[in-house]
Amino acid sequence: MVDPERTAVPTRDEVWAILDTVMDPEVPVLSVRDLGIVRNVEIDAGGAVTVTVTPTYSGCPAILVIERDIADAIAAAGIPSVQVKTTFSPPWTTDWIAPDARARLKAYGIAPPGRAESGGLVQLMRARPAVQCPYCDSFETEVRSEFGTTACKSLCWCRGCRQPFEEFKAI
Amino acid sequence: MSGSKGSVTPPAAPPPNVVFETLLRLGDDRLVLGHRVSQWCGHGPILEEDIALSNIALDLVGQATMLLHLAGEVEGAGRDEDALAYFRDEIHFRNCLLVEQPNGDFGVTIVRQFLFDVYSAVQFDALTRSAHPELAAIAAKSLKEVKYHLRHSGDWLLKLGDGTAESHGRVQHALNSLWRFTPELFAADDIDRAAFATGIGPDTAALQAQWISIVRDVVERATLTLPADVPIRAGRTARQGAHSEHLGHMLAEMQIVARSHPGAQW
Repeated sequence: MVDPERTAVPTRDEVWAILDTVMDPEVPVLSVRDLGIVRNVEIDAGGAVTVTVTPTYSGCPAILVIERDIADAIAAAGIPSVQVKTTFSPPWTTDWIAPDARARLKAYGIAPPGRAESGGLVQLMRARPAVQCPYCDSFETEVRSEFGTTACKSLCWCRGCRQPFEEFKAI
Repeated sequence: MSGSKGSVTPPAAPPPNVVFETLLRLGDDRLVLGHRVSQWCGHGPILEEDIALSNIALDLVGQATMLLHLAGEVEGAGRDEDALAYFRDEIHFRNCLLVEQPNGDFGVTIVRQFLFDVYSAVQFDALTRSAHPELAAIAAKSLKEVKYHLRHSGDWLLKLGDGTAESHGRVQHALNSLWRFTPELFAADDIDRAAFATGIGPDTAALQAQWISIVRDVVERATLTLPADVPIRAGRTARQGAHSEHLGHMLAEMQIVARSHPGAQW
């Protein structure tokens, strides 16, 4: 990918296209752009690129890998100066995951997130809409735990096909 | 928080040490509780619970990272979040007594978590309106995670309290044992008063009213009995560095690797 002859200042479209190829290390069917964690791309007159990202969960260990992968991918395209910045505002929400990305999540075996709620502070024993099984499409499912194998997923069980599955949880 | 009386005079900027101390208190609560909860990893009563507690620990340590990173920037002395977490001694930690208490049985862990989660929820909710924009941003982000934590600890409290005689007895005992650490959460000192006066931090009296109303409601629904009020102990508080005997042992374990290999990268 490195073009040693490169002299032109990169365009924002070009950088966004590179970001389409940087995949989440834990959910490799989603790019960092699909996830909605890239908040801004800036290019100064000298061609230096600044990418602003926001973490999914504050303790997500993948964020350091993601930031490095973004910098590496942009450098590999021959853009010599790249900086990755972090922002916390506005906070990330799963509502930023695009519709086509949701379909890819389901095909990969992870139920896509429902709409993020902004309800009250205390919501105990809450009933929420049934999650659709990504394997057999049944709604006869139950959430076994809101906390799954990564911070962003919950553990579910399908009574239809009697399989465990994960849901990308709404936040 | 920003005044509700419609005052036209903006609050004076707080002294830097007030912002630094406020961030340390917030960050240390989450760091210490996050480490405590992480001690359950591999020891949970069931696999799902082991994973849940480890996730919650990760969120808490993540929140501590953001808060202590900002504290280090405000201090301007070249300390980052790792320097603050691993190279301060016990008397320089600003967390409350509640979070440093040992895990005990699952009932103690859940009650400690519930009491803290309610505190954290009302605190972060108020801090989303902080005059300090970076702190307000961290609060808004963290609050979303804390709502999940509170659902977890609150649901467990309902199940255990309104469960068997054994589970009821254990969580009631945990509540009785931990209750004496709760007045400290709302005992405002000069730092808290200055933080409130300058719009950085919340009104602790308002937080306490919100906290007790949520706690009382859930405790009653769990068929448990709210313990009698206890007076706050005299003298320096944990927020001023006077900790229980448990923190030093925990820090020794938490800090040993970083102190044995300063500057190590992996």
